[in-house]
Amino acid sequence: MIDDPVTLSRLLTFITLGFHIILATVGVGIPIFISIAEFIGIKKKDHHYILLAKRWARGYTILVAVGVVTGTIIGFQLSLLWPTFMQAAGKIIALPLFMETFAFFFEAIFLGIYLYTWNRFKKPIYHWLLSIPIVIGSSASAFFITTVNAFMNTPNGFDVENGVFTNIQPLVAMFNASMPSKMSHVLTTAYLTSAFILAAIAAFHLLRNKSHQYYKKALHLTMIGCFVFSIATMINGDISGKFLAKYQPEKLAAAEWHFETEENATLLLGGILDPDEREVKFGIEIPYALSILAFNRPSAEVIGLNEFPEELWPPLYIHYFFNIMIFIGMFLAAVSFIYLVFYYFNRFNSLNRWLLRAIVIGAPLAILSIEAGWIMTEVGRQPWILRGFLMVEDTATTSNHVFAMLVLFSLLYISLAILLPTILIRLFKKKDAEKELEEHHVIL
Amino acid sequence: MIELIGITVLWIFLFGYLIIGSIDFGAGFYSFYAKITNKKHSIRQIIDRYLSPVWEVTNVFLVFFMIGLIGFFPDSAYYYGTALLVPGSVALVLLAIRGSFYAFANYGARESNIYLFLYGITGLLIPAALSTVLTISEGGFIVRTSGDVHLLLLELFVNPYSWIVVMLAIVSVLFISATFLTYYANKAKDKDALLLMRRFSMIWSGPTILLSFLVFLTLSTHNEAHFQAMLDESWIFLLSLVSFVLALWFIYKQKYLGLAFTFVCLQFGFAFFGYGYTHLPYILYPYITIFDNVTSPEMGITLIMAFIAGLFLLLPSLYLLLRLFLFNAEYVQGK
Repeated sequence: MIDDPVTLSRLLTFITLGFHIILATVGVGIPIFISIAEFIGIKKKDHHYILLAKRWARGYTILVAVGVVTGTIIGFQLSLLWPTFMQAAGKIIALPLFMETFAFFFEAIFLGIYLYTWNRFKKPIYHWLLSIPIVIGSSASAFFITTVNAFMNTPNGFDVENGVFTNIQPLVAMFNASMPSKMSHVLTTAYLTSAFILAAIAAFHLLRNKSHQYYKKALHLTMIGCFVFSIATMINGDISGKFLAKYQPEKLAAAEWHFETEENATLLLGGILDPDEREVKFGIEIPYALSILAFNRPSAEVIGLNEFPEELWPPLYIHYFFNIMIFIGMFLAAVSFIYLVFYYFNRFNSLNRWLLRAIVIGAPLAILSIEAGWIMTEVGRQPWILRGFLMVEDTATTSNHVFAMLVLFSLLYISLAILLPTILIRLFKKKDAEKELEEHHVIL
Repeated sequence: MIELIGITVLWIFLFGYLIIGSIDFGAGFYSFYAKITNKKHSIRQIIDRYLSPVWEVTNVFLVFFMIGLIGFFPDSAYYYGTALLVPGSVALVLLAIRGSFYAFANYGARESNIYLFLYGITGLLIPAALSTVLTISEGGFIVRTSGDVHLLLLELFVNPYSWIVVMLAIVSVLFISATFLTYYANKAKDKDALLLMRRFSMIWSGPTILLSFLVFLTLSTHNEAHFQAMLDESWIFLLSLVSFVLALWFIYKQKYLGLAFTFVCLQFGFAFFGYGYTHLPYILYPYITIFDNVTSPEMGITLIMAFIAGLFLLLPSLYLLLRLFLFNAEYVQGK
């Protein structure tokens, strides 16, 4: 394995992306909440919300700095590890890659301005306006990059004649079939995950018996975000399932261990597969549910894996990642729903310690679910890198040095993974919110 | 037409990276220098005030160049991608260390000498690593044998031309950065910092011009055709020299420091565009030219349109950034 460039390139891409997507996700999601908090603070003349926006922005900056770094790495690594793929992709899907750099450029400029102009404007609303380009820029980056990933799943917008790509239509390639479902799922889950991380911070402080209004406001604001975006995530998650059933049936079938094409298909949760007999043990089966997930009709026919040659099957272990993603999604929706019920019905205490604990656990779970979702969709595309056109094994670098690079980057990510949380914690401990609230008593 | 527009756009962005990146890289080094020599100079505040709002923008220029190169000339992804795995990864790790440690040192809770050291030293190593790509593009280091592309790393390592380019990259970074900080210190009305940065400008000016000549001369042993093309267009390089002399004169006299920095930009601009122009049509000797390896017209036109649309968004934003921080006397003076 140490001298197989394909496996090693996959592994290196996996750890780079596995690390980067966490930062990318919060990089896309947090600006919205900074912007909302500042807006509420200005409108209500409530300096708690302003401080909230300030402190979030401070942590966000460090996360973005490291996210820029890992994003630059994956940008270059695609060419370094998958030169043949990028040669082909450059011909067809270069447009969104190119536009992504613009979107990021835009975001970077305004983030720089936003951070250093808190007290530069006579009217605070002018400062708030600067947050809009950050929100637009970060979400647009996510949009453009996701179209490239969607293109890898459902390539479109070109013809192949004698092994050469012709009749290239960049916009058709960009707006390919999986773009809408992927894009909406990526964006809402990024907002959801970020909301849960921010909520968990507030819940954590409340659990440690800090009772300042500041934390309660932070918790309430972010829990509303959690609820809204978990509903949105469930809806577009369902759309994604229907998309797969229609355009990438082998991925859905592999995720569901669904071998025979049949009507009234059963949804499978968990379980252990006997690979020879194709029998599932210990699984929970929900009748008709897969047909409903796939086509909204209990009697609908769902295509099974046996329709495809076995060498083109995605690895069957994606079933577990698919399940993890769904379970966590349900958990997050339930927690935010219960919180809101408790909050608006006075009979219950929305600051119940068990509920707060569930919110704190929600943050790492949300990140886990992002990872699981990406593994499910990327591994579910195997063995293709460009579905139907290019195989992963034919596009990797032929260099003998991938293993050394794998070690090099692993060391880098390990040190960043240790330093990043340490520095964030130290930064916020040095100056806690209560102290800052005293200092900035009259801000508006 | 597409290939010419494409390469021009890319080269402009690479030039932008050269200037903005040099200021950033050099500033990191001077910041570290001021710290270890324990100069209670205000120079570090000046550097911080400039860098804090703009550091994120720097990296984007480089990424933009790389993505644009793949977009306009997709085959370069294959050649450079295969050949540069090792040096490219090393440069990436250096960029990663620099970017994250800047944030750690600047926004993190306390100032650490280790962070500052890493930040300062990577500022010199990154340009050194990146400049080798220019050397590689001259040909002779990437070879194609039986379909596989290889980089001759050892040849690159023992090649004198490659080392002279590396040294030029390092001293240029220190020179460009020093001349910019001279101007910025003057705007900040900080006499101490001004004199220090002026001294550094003078110190690094000699090596910069000397090494530029050496690069020019040694290129003849390495890529005769390119050397000849540069001789044919020698007027561009003479303009570069004139700009250098004018810049140095103003800095020496401590007058018109903004103009002096503009002349430094012109000095590097003439040299860089002269170098790039005479490098054409090759992107990589002898495998990739802008004519044979350009993308399809459909993609090319779409990219150019996206680029123009993007500029309408970016130019006003950049203007706002510069106005609020670089050309705002109150901000520069730390009021």
